[in-house]
Amino acid sequence: MSTTKGYVISPGWESVIGLEVHVQLATRSKIFSGAPIAFGAAPNTQACPVDLGLPGVLPVLNVEAVRMAVKFGLAIGAQINERSVFDRKNYFYPDLPKGYQISQFAQPVVGAGQLAITLEDGAERVIGVTRAHLEEDAGKSIHDAFPGLTGIDLNRAGTALLEVVSEPDLRTPAEAAAYFRRMHSLVRYLRICDGNLAEGSMRCDANVSVRPRGESALGERTEIKNLNSFRFLERAIEFEIERQIELLESGGAVRRETRLFDPDRNETRAMRSKELSDDYRYFPDPDLLPVVITPAFIADVAADLPELPEARRARYRDTLGLTTYDAAWLTDDPEVADYFEAVAAASGDAKLSANWVMGDVSAALNRAELPIGRSPVAPAQLAVLIARLKDDTISSKIAKTVFEALWAGEGDVDTIIEARGLRQVSDTGALETLVRQVVADNPEQVAQFRAGKDKVFGFFVGQLMKATQGKANPKQLNDLLRAALAGD
Amino acid sequence: MSTPDAFAPIAELARGLRARAFSSRELTRYFLDRISRYDGALNSFISVTEARALAQADAADRRLQEGQVTALTGIPIAHKDLFCTAGVATTCGSRMLERFVAPYDATVVARLDAAGAVTLGKTNMDEFAMGSSNENSYFGAVGNPWNPALVPGGSSGGSAAAVAAGLTPVATGTDTGGSIRQPAAFCGLSGIKPTYGRISRYGMVAFASSLDQAGVFGHGVDDLALMLAFMSGFDPRDSTSSEQPDAWLAGAANSPVGVPERAPVIGLPREYFDGLRVGGAALDAARRSLEAAGCQFREIRLPHSAMAIPAYYIIAGAEASTNLSRYDGVRFGHRCENPKNLEDLYRRSRTEGFGMEVKRRILTGTYALSVGYFDAYYVKAQQLRRLIQNDFLAAFAEVDVILTPTAPGVAFPKGDLTDDPIAMYQQDIFTVPASLAGLPALSLPCGFHEGLPLGLQLIGPHFGERALLETGALYQRDTDWHRRHPEGFAA
Repeated sequence: MSTTKGYVISPGWESVIGLEVHVQLATRSKIFSGAPIAFGAAPNTQACPVDLGLPGVLPVLNVEAVRMAVKFGLAIGAQINERSVFDRKNYFYPDLPKGYQISQFAQPVVGAGQLAITLEDGAERVIGVTRAHLEEDAGKSIHDAFPGLTGIDLNRAGTALLEVVSEPDLRTPAEAAAYFRRMHSLVRYLRICDGNLAEGSMRCDANVSVRPRGESALGERTEIKNLNSFRFLERAIEFEIERQIELLESGGAVRRETRLFDPDRNETRAMRSKELSDDYRYFPDPDLLPVVITPAFIADVAADLPELPEARRARYRDTLGLTTYDAAWLTDDPEVADYFEAVAAASGDAKLSANWVMGDVSAALNRAELPIGRSPVAPAQLAVLIARLKDDTISSKIAKTVFEALWAGEGDVDTIIEARGLRQVSDTGALETLVRQVVADNPEQVAQFRAGKDKVFGFFVGQLMKATQGKANPKQLNDLLRAALAGD
Repeated sequence: MSTPDAFAPIAELARGLRARAFSSRELTRYFLDRISRYDGALNSFISVTEARALAQADAADRRLQEGQVTALTGIPIAHKDLFCTAGVATTCGSRMLERFVAPYDATVVARLDAAGAVTLGKTNMDEFAMGSSNENSYFGAVGNPWNPALVPGGSSGGSAAAVAAGLTPVATGTDTGGSIRQPAAFCGLSGIKPTYGRISRYGMVAFASSLDQAGVFGHGVDDLALMLAFMSGFDPRDSTSSEQPDAWLAGAANSPVGVPERAPVIGLPREYFDGLRVGGAALDAARRSLEAAGCQFREIRLPHSAMAIPAYYIIAGAEASTNLSRYDGVRFGHRCENPKNLEDLYRRSRTEGFGMEVKRRILTGTYALSVGYFDAYYVKAQQLRRLIQNDFLAAFAEVDVILTPTAPGVAFPKGDLTDDPIAMYQQDIFTVPASLAGLPALSLPCGFHEGLPLGLQLIGPHFGERALLETGALYQRDTDWHRRHPEGFAA
């Protein structure tokens, strides 16, 4: 039996998963019109006649979207197709204004590439990307705003999407989640997507099938639509694999169908059957010319590529000396990595900087539900804090107090230390007097310690910290105490 | 005020305006009066925008006073009712868009407005430009000024009839498979479909996007060239519009076309003359006239043109079937009463909103794009299109322009072909090949058959409007068919 996070798959079965990730590109205007894109605007205020599909209007390709697609393609080592074609995908739905979606079918802009994922145990796997193509998003149907009616909001209609289709290379729900996460990280590095899952900036469809272990032919698959969180993706696939295995083991058959995940009930439900496969009647959109991408354009985009997460991870490991785990953790979100690097550069201590960013900073941000870009503690201040820790001005315990004060906006590190009198007591003379006092006041404990009861040492440390309000330099205190207890 | 000539070329009307023989308001009023007097019998206008026209005329008069004029300042024109006009209904001849008012102007409309032209109204047409007789209009059939019991041709039948009857000096049209050239021939007018991409399609309600092209009707090639000078040119809002500038065409705004420096070599494709039932004598006479003017004629072959009609109806239908998907009753256009559910909303809105011919083309187009038929129909039709294009490219290696009949016959009685769509589609047999190849083509009046106008078609190479118009000028210098007007529409 193989087990991942309490999820158990029958030993005789293997699951096969492929993902289609829809990445909403961070273009300033829509893919085929000049209308702006802003999440949360009043319904139908971000749609121009082109987005509304009014008679006589024509799409004009936003080159920025092509640039972003090429950027993505280069980052996954993919073939950039010199010529790609926009097609019409025809179907009727009220939030699809033209009755067709402009997409790319036979000739996508990005060809085959690959994305490496890191598993929990630190192992790497390379997942094949089949293709990535540009398309426009549809609007939104709102079913709960008006009783008995459906509202249509076309603000999102025409937003640029990059649909990234993976090979069926993923084998477990955890791998699928790791792939989605890595994709999420990559697109933010490339600054082609804001990565906001809650606002739908990235959505994922999972194709899931199971087959007897050792079998090479694929089983019949189902498609789980519209997953927009890593956790839901993993849970939905877990459920779907178990459902399919149960079905097959009880003599049933998996039907090709589209399913939706219900996170409240933790199950997938059939949405519509694909037995009568939809006929989208794809054909080249006569309103748009084929997209021709020149080597010069590609070179220009390549020159603009940032350091990619993989390179950054390697650098953290090899140059900064961080562990593989810490390097992966810190590089996942480019803003976190930028923050970390600013702290490390200013403090000169990568390891301590990593501990702080992964520990107190991350915990405080989580509690406050803030992105790191809006952290009340600036990297420079954190670096000063780390410096004060290293020069023994404060102890690590006190450092946490200073961090909390920094977070609360009580001023800069040194001001806080002075104002609150948190400077570590490192004056040997003063400490020595205190130690002598405490030793003299507790003869019973001294006797116990000398009799070999080492634990009593902690009692003395506690007494001294209490007396100094935690400000004693712990190392110095230990040395003085040991000397005093040893009987001078 | 001296009385203008309803059939005068634009340049003559412009001279009248500048000489204060009449003001633009008087000229506009004159044509509006003619519309109210004569259009009852013709039905060539869907809407007449009188107040707007007079306001535009007043603005033009002010510019005439100030001397800030273009060749079109104060000249009345009319638009086929598929060019979107901000604030004025654009029906496309359909119940579906009966009450549709666009919030924007088509680029063609904006450019002509900016030039100072005065829009009299919007002309009748076959619904969504689908038809060859103008009988497919929700707003009723149009009468041919030469005999109102006959059709004016289509789909730009309203524009053709209005110009032929002297209700407007010129009118815009669109041509997808012959919708300017065939009605021009039926109504005794000059009409041009420019090269695909010459004029922006922005704001033109789409029928078949890879074929649709705006053009113009007038009484002679000078007016066509003058109008094109203002209508043409790259438009950032249409990705398929050409960025290729044409200094000659731009110059046509201010000078008559003129004859070619060197008399052109004219190709006669045998396939277009075999089996021609009417008009052969007129075409022979046209040939003799052009030969006398120094032109050389050469027989050429365009063997794949014979397959143009089926290829055209597959491609145009396929594109139309998806172009017209947006008319679903959800956001604009006709919506059925009390839909039971979404399916019912779609079904009834579209059933009620579209006429029979539009439905026929949506159905055949949908079929041609469907899984299992796509390769056999759409892909094949595209291959044919390429072959037809190659035929033309080969021919233009040898000749400057190609001369053919415009239509297989003359205007026919209303109702004659309405039950026989295949026969109706044959109306486009000579015009469709140039459409598929994206070539510019011009129809000129070249005589009469039993009292009804005949047209000849000149086809040129891509962006070869100059060769076409200059050859046309040579022909019209030596003939006067373009100065013949139907009786009964006197001033």
